[in-house]
Amino acid sequence: MTGEYILRVEDIHKKFNDREILRGISFNVKKGATIVFIGPSGTGKSTLLRCINQLTEPDRGKVFLDDEEITGCGSRISGYRQRIGMVFQNFNLFDHLTAVENVEIAPIKVRKMKKEEAHAKAMEELHRVGMADWAHHYPAELSGGQAQRVSIARCLAMDPEVILFDEPTSALDPELTREVLEVMKDLARSGMTMLVVSHEMGFARSVATEIIFMEGGRIVEQGSPLEIMNNPKHPRTREFLGRIEHT
Amino acid sequence: MDPITFLTQILAPALWKGLIVTVALVVLTAPFGLLLGTGLALGRQYGGRALSTACSGYIVFFKGCPLLLLLFILYFGLPSLGLTLPAFTAAVIGFILCNAAYNSEYIQGAVASIKDGQMTAAQALGMTRAQAIKSIILPQAMRRAIPGLSNEFIYLIKYSSLAYMITVVELTGAAKIAATRYFMFNESFFAVGIVYLALVTLTTYAVGRLEQRVAIPGMGVKT
Amino acid sequence: MEILSVLLEWGPYLLGGIAITLGLTISALALGFCLGLPLALGQVYGSRPVRSLIAVYVWFFRGLPTLILLFLFYFGVFPALGLDFSAFVIGATVLGLRGAAYQSQIFRAGIQSVAEGQMTAALSLGMTRWEAVQCIIIPQALRISLPGWSNEYPELLTDSAVCYAIGVAELMTRTSQIVSVTYMTMPIYIACALIFIALNYGGMRVIRKAEERFAIPGFGGKAVQP
Repeated sequence: MTGEYILRVEDIHKKFNDREILRGISFNVKKGATIVFIGPSGTGKSTLLRCINQLTEPDRGKVFLDDEEITGCGSRISGYRQRIGMVFQNFNLFDHLTAVENVEIAPIKVRKMKKEEAHAKAMEELHRVGMADWAHHYPAELSGGQAQRVSIARCLAMDPEVILFDEPTSALDPELTREVLEVMKDLARSGMTMLVVSHEMGFARSVATEIIFMEGGRIVEQGSPLEIMNNPKHPRTREFLGRIEHT
Repeated sequence: MDPITFLTQILAPALWKGLIVTVALVVLTAPFGLLLGTGLALGRQYGGRALSTACSGYIVFFKGCPLLLLLFILYFGLPSLGLTLPAFTAAVIGFILCNAAYNSEYIQGAVASIKDGQMTAAQALGMTRAQAIKSIILPQAMRRAIPGLSNEFIYLIKYSSLAYMITVVELTGAAKIAATRYFMFNESFFAVGIVYLALVTLTTYAVGRLEQRVAIPGMGVKT
Repeated sequence: MEILSVLLEWGPYLLGGIAITLGLTISALALGFCLGLPLALGQVYGSRPVRSLIAVYVWFFRGLPTLILLFLFYFGVFPALGLDFSAFVIGATVLGLRGAAYQSQIFRAGIQSVAEGQMTAALSLGMTRWEAVQCIIIPQALRISLPGWSNEYPELLTDSAVCYAIGVAELMTRTSQIVSVTYMTMPIYIACALIFIALNYGGMRVIRKAEERFAIPGFGGKAVQP
């Protein structure tokens, strides 16, 4: 099994104030896969992503990146986080930095890259998400879609092996959603390994290699988009998909 | 002596010398007051229980103790414990201790106002907590704290006058000595008042310019 | 413990000093309020010359160190006017005039933050402008200003120690006197500092209690941390 999976998640449990948010989640991710997590809100999908890069510490369970355990690794977690990018619902761009500075700061501060080199790399990544023209604008001067594209570039500049997308389009208007989804589609096609929490069924259908339906802190059903969307086995999945299609 | 001669021959040169001492007091105090204030704020915000309690205790003490009393403690009190400080040094130390306590409140308020997501995003990129505080949190917090910090700086100019009470001959001292010797109280104190007003007004203007220079769209300092 | 017997011996004298310190602080606070509110109203509703005059007043009293103001009034202004007041009265007056400058800015912000619509609504009910200010604007503005206003108390309390310089027999002055008689420096200074801190803390508790009593739902009279 070594080398087959880039990311392995084993039996993750998490409680907040006696509320069980995650009740034993396990799955494996192959290199280059795009896994889309769907399910009702409050079902622990975002917490699961945060448990993967240890922004939230799981109560139980293990996470392996390339067969190295990253749960309970103490201060070495910063090193693993460099290899696991994350994109947030609210972008979380650094408000005091321009777009290009947002992208180059982690390479400079964390990877100790030379400033010119980091700048060139940052411009390249901004170009990739179509934001090169906005390099010198501050976050407050960008639309939500633009800000999210910059935050994807910020992530890419660290050359991550996996990117976690935590509802990347939930805070965006429909038109702005499209430009972000386009960038994500390109990324998926280029072979990036992606874990996406999203309600965008169109995106899931066309891009996902696997869809995982979660409810109540458990995985209810998982499979290819075709299986899940066209022929869901579990009644809960059917009900959820029915509701989603009608809204 | 007629007032004009007094003002030009006696007071003006004395005030000039005093001004240099006042500026020296302020310039020596401000950077250390900022540094210590930042340390206290970070200690309170991110430190463990013991550290944050210690920082809070510091602030309660130095904000509650009148500065004049603090200067007396440093200048008249410490010698009884075998530590004699020159008046100027005692004044600078007193000002730093006091200035830092007030600065730290503004900085801590600003640090606390930075959204959690900034720290989360920094950590997600692989920054350690310390790196995130230094590169992400503080640059934003300091900008937000500027109005409060500059207010404190202006206070510092004004309360530097208390150094005279422990024999440092700065602006106030120079005016008081000249006034008493030549019995020209109104003239002396109005004149030195004008110097203080000029200092304060100039600083207010300069601080406003600084605020504009470091302003970042969307990080508008709310007043 | 020598310090305890000294403090016990000088206790009544120190208590007198505490009374004078509180007297200075409270009279200055009151004078600052009585003068600060009209100044604020003048700055918001006054004619142009009135506004400029008040701006100069505020600039003057906020720009000068307390020590300079005390010297100026004690040695200069009051004698020149032929007024022979006690150091206490001069101290309280100077602190009050200075406090008025600061307080006026707090009240001004409070008045300006009362919604525009309140004045319009009052006028539409047939109130005169002055009636509207009196019955509608001021009650709201004062409540909004309260948290900022309470912070004037610790400011004035610590500032009152500067009255030592003109010989008001307040806590600071009496402390130095006791030090010069007993030659116990540090313990007595520290005791004095602790008294100031206790006065600060105790006073703020009283003020916060008062704030809670005056609170009105919807007026987020959220207390600023002291």
